[in-house]
Amino acid sequence: MTVELLKEKAGSLNADTVYPRRWRSRWYAIIGLALLLVAVIAVTSAIGSTHIAVSTIFQMLIGKLPFFAITPDWSSTLETIVFQIRLPRVLLAGLVGAALAVAGTTYQGLFRNPLADPYLIGVAQGAALGAVIGFQFPASSQVAAIPLLAFTGALLAVAIVYAIARVGKILPMTTLILAGIALGAFLASITSYLLISAGDKLHGIIAWLLGTFSLTSWSQVITVLPYITVGTVVIWLYARTLNVMQLGEEQAQQLGINVERVKLILLGAATLITAAAVSFCGIIGFVGIIVPHAMRLIWGPDHRFLLPLATFAGASFLILADTVARTVLAPTEIPVGVITAFLGAPFFLYLLRQKKRAIF
Amino acid sequence: MYTLRLNKVSLGYGRRTVLRDITLEARPGELLGIIGPNGSGKSTLIRGITRLISLGAGEIFVDGLNVASLGRSNLARLVAVVPQNAALPELFTAFEIVLMGRTPHLGRFSYESEKDLAIVRQAMAATQTTAFAERRVGELSSGEKQRLLIARALAQEPKIVLLDEPTAYLDINYQIETLRLVHQLCREQNLVVLAALHDLNLAAQFCDRLAMLKDGKIYCQGTPQVVINRQAIKDVYGADVCVYPHPVNDLPTTLVVFDKNNGKPGQK
Repeated sequence: MTVELLKEKAGSLNADTVYPRRWRSRWYAIIGLALLLVAVIAVTSAIGSTHIAVSTIFQMLIGKLPFFAITPDWSSTLETIVFQIRLPRVLLAGLVGAALAVAGTTYQGLFRNPLADPYLIGVAQGAALGAVIGFQFPASSQVAAIPLLAFTGALLAVAIVYAIARVGKILPMTTLILAGIALGAFLASITSYLLISAGDKLHGIIAWLLGTFSLTSWSQVITVLPYITVGTVVIWLYARTLNVMQLGEEQAQQLGINVERVKLILLGAATLITAAAVSFCGIIGFVGIIVPHAMRLIWGPDHRFLLPLATFAGASFLILADTVARTVLAPTEIPVGVITAFLGAPFFLYLLRQKKRAIF
Repeated sequence: MYTLRLNKVSLGYGRRTVLRDITLEARPGELLGIIGPNGSGKSTLIRGITRLISLGAGEIFVDGLNVASLGRSNLARLVAVVPQNAALPELFTAFEIVLMGRTPHLGRFSYESEKDLAIVRQAMAATQTTAFAERRVGELSSGEKQRLLIARALAQEPKIVLLDEPTAYLDINYQIETLRLVHQLCREQNLVVLAALHDLNLAAQFCDRLAMLKDGKIYCQGTPQVVINRQAIKDVYGADVCVYPHPVNDLPTTLVVFDKNNGKPGQK
């Protein structure tokens, strides 16, 4: 009895101090990953066929900020390489990695399924078909047509799946997944047919389907930035709601959550950022499923921390993967989707071995 | 003034009406038991009061307010549910699950304050769940989970608590512990408690009043002495049983009787 009482007492002390402390430590982890992202951006911008010192990169970046005047001691060629070639590519990779990781976390939370990834309900197949149609256009208009059609295809596919699955005001999630898989298979069959008859365009199409950042420009970064930022912020705001949704729809409703509205908003936001992410660089796999799980394994299932952690980790991960993709066989590029799985899978398996407990 | 009032309510799924013409009232500090055979609509009643299914006819008032006109979070501030055999997300800790009870009190941008944490801590102390606050819910026993869900309901600071078969899947010790706790909270915090129950003896012992459902209607309601008798159980459940006054407190006690020797003379 005394032991029981002591335990009880220790427990009551716990709840008041342990949680704020634990939450604070998770905020430190988020800040740490954000700082890591800045370092990753600077370091990877320094890597490439022309070697540039990391300190120079930092000086260039700081010099661009208002109120900081730094006299350049580097050539304008170096500045062009960094600002016109490397930085847009690194930033796009970061944005796409963040978007896929956030969308993956959201889908896993909404569907309460650890196998869910951002491509679960048709985004990938819709985007792929759109892009492959874009490749049929004359070369001059391809640059504009491919991303536009990929983006449209992705959104259209999910919209159709949503319309099919919806019953009155209610959206049954299992039906949504099944409709997504069925429509995805249908679209993929058309894509496959177009691939067979693609002829000399095949190489470009395959590279796109595996994901590549080889033709990145500032305009692409500027184009996807608003979608990904707005979508991510919306999802972050629903983090606590997403926690409650883990109890199942009935309990969430009885705790005061408008479940159908939340599903619509979160599906919409996650789909939008995924569509924006894949439109320029293709279907990069594995980021959306592995980054959320890795963060969950390390820092637990609370979406208030999981979502920001996944955002920054996803960005860093994809930037690093793309750096490997463009440097190991330089000047030949490997599609970045190959690298994400090749590097990410062993790391993930290592984490699984380390934790050896339920992961979801 | 009744805190929970149902006036000629009918409830159902699509075209199938499960409950009809239900009129019920409950005051603060009162433990009301809903009994009836499988499929008689006990869970449907709880789903109806929390507006998981829409009202076919009639009105439900909670603390004087019409449920149909309340928003989801306003309703959740007044009515909390302890679900039956609920699957909980395994990786969350017990404390985090109880903290979710604060959801209807928090805005989209607000975070749990010291006050919310204190309420959660109190709810856990009242349900003796503090000892495993740090454990993951995947590691808890069903009795511990049941108490945890009661703690979460308390954290909602409701006026009404609805329990769906709170003793299902529990052994006799946990059944008694759970209902003793529910009864104590009902009295101490002056809550309206409505519990769907399977076990007629537990219902008679712990509830102040009972409502017995048959085919979607209230067969009878009143004190356990009024509701539980041999004829009612035969009519409602179709079972032939004996009902005797409890040797200690005279409350009606249902006893199963079966003749193993099939009428032949033998051992008594």
